[in-house]
Amino acid sequence: MTATTAPGIRRADHITISKFINRGDLVLDVGCGDGQLMELLQHDRGARTRGLEVEQTGVNRCVAKGLAVVQGNADDDLPVYPDDAFDEAILSKTIQELARPKFVLDELSRIARRVIVSFRNYGHWRVRTALLTTGRIPNLGHDVGWWSDGARRPCTARDMAELADQAGLSISAATAVSGKPVNGKSLGRLNWTAEELVFVLERKVKR
Amino acid sequence: MNAPARTLSGADGLKRLSVATPDQPLRLDSGRTLENVEIAYETWGELNADKSNVVIVCHALTGDQFAASPNPVTGRPAWWDLVVGPGLPVDTDRFFVICSNVLGGCMGSTGPASRKPDGTYWGTDFPVITIADMVRAQIALLDRLDIENVFLAIGGSIGGMQVLEWTVQARDRVFAAIPIAVAARQSAQNIGFYETGRQAIMADPNWRNGNYLAEGVRPERGLAVARMAAHITYVSESALKRKFDRRLQDRTTKTFGFDADFQIESYLRHQGQTFVDRFDANSYLYITRAMDYFDIAAEHGGVLGNAFKGLHTRFCVFSFSTDWHYAPEENRQIVRALNAAGCETSYVNIETDKGHDAFFVEEPEFWAGLRGFIDAAASARGLQKRSAT
Repeated sequence: MTATTAPGIRRADHITISKFINRGDLVLDVGCGDGQLMELLQHDRGARTRGLEVEQTGVNRCVAKGLAVVQGNADDDLPVYPDDAFDEAILSKTIQELARPKFVLDELSRIARRVIVSFRNYGHWRVRTALLTTGRIPNLGHDVGWWSDGARRPCTARDMAELADQAGLSISAATAVSGKPVNGKSLGRLNWTAEELVFVLERKVKR
Repeated sequence: MNAPARTLSGADGLKRLSVATPDQPLRLDSGRTLENVEIAYETWGELNADKSNVVIVCHALTGDQFAASPNPVTGRPAWWDLVVGPGLPVDTDRFFVICSNVLGGCMGSTGPASRKPDGTYWGTDFPVITIADMVRAQIALLDRLDIENVFLAIGGSIGGMQVLEWTVQARDRVFAAIPIAVAARQSAQNIGFYETGRQAIMADPNWRNGNYLAEGVRPERGLAVARMAAHITYVSESALKRKFDRRLQDRTTKTFGFDADFQIESYLRHQGQTFVDRFDANSYLYITRAMDYFDIAAEHGGVLGNAFKGLHTRFCVFSFSTDWHYAPEENRQIVRALNAAGCETSYVNIETDKGHDAFFVEEPEFWAGLRGFIDAAASARGLQKRSAT
């Protein structure tokens, strides 16, 4: 539909997310950066995409590539979207950097049929071992420290499942990035073995 | 100060079409009708076979139809030749670009400076017009040109108001729209600034209750003051500081008088003086009034999103970070309404210190955004890039 070139380097979680997107789906990418995932979804999956990005440089790059992206942030701009406006809303490695993850998830589950989140799993055995042996939480993603602005919220697969539950969502698919989807009962195992996870979340009560 | 009024209808070399006649008058928001309306316009590029490559450029308050070529009447250069032209974001090698002088304007279109059928000047007998009336006249112009659909409507400031109005009035006849540095409703602050300008014009003894053209005078001092006051709102404080700060004009000490001691004074005086040579004071009253009345939401049950509901037009809104005439937040309100209406929307806030007038000047990030959006829209519309021959 839109003339975008095939993306060069593809992020592993983007490829995993894209497998859940169907041709013709209307997708909102929250925190879309410079639009890599949107291009992938348009190019490989034939999806229609919209993006929301807070950083000017990312927005400019997206618009210069012909992607439909709005400069704004999830906290302020999601409430204006109507119910069921999208087939999927995506938070790719974004949810752990939000100021109000519960609020955003509530809003996304209102405006999209499914919410797909990718996140770093702090339940992975290496993280647990490191915490046990060094007494420190590793891989916070910021060199400065856990207290720095925008530092990631460390959470595990089980923690994310709890948030989904609180937001009235159930996990319809969970998969390790570059791994095979497993059903909900194997969440404990994923929580040990997956460094990065993708959850597909759906409303428990269908409208 | 007694410069004769420029003849605005007649052998001035401006392209015009009659868009309203006594049989088919133009019905205005005020309830009045105009039975004789001419719209002056300019075009660039070529209309393609299926007439799918039409771009409407809407000019700002003091602009004219000469977006991409010099104005033969004033001798001024094209006002948007950084954006509209061969190989530029609005590529005249690819698109058929039309820019018309607004209804109420003074560059050939019917307005207070043109003559009534009885030969006298309209002056303040001219009906008060709205942005919607301007767009009505533009749509009538397109009908006269036998063009149904618009690929792109683009414009900044009051031109952006016209772009928004185009999408609402012509509905899905507009494929893509770029409103730039604009608001969906004129703010109290802007009404205040323009009212100050209008009062300056009307306080000029040469205004003669709007009859100055018949009396062979022009309210140049009032119009210059109006322009000076408005111009301050078009530039940012940081740019004023960078360009002028408190520097003195051609002198080393203050004069302890009311001469233009400061560079900023000299600059504004120059802005005012050059403006009066090319603009009609009554036109300034009418066009600013049209801006004051602009409030799209008010015409759609108070909900802006309702105005855009069901539109298939794709939008890209641009704002400029230091614009305080139409601040980024006012542009964001449009974007939120478009999202709420489910329209395909992009929005870019350009970081710049050039204020409201940034869209006229060199701003590479802005151009890159324009180019990306327009190219993507053109390929979605099936418009091929003209191959180099």
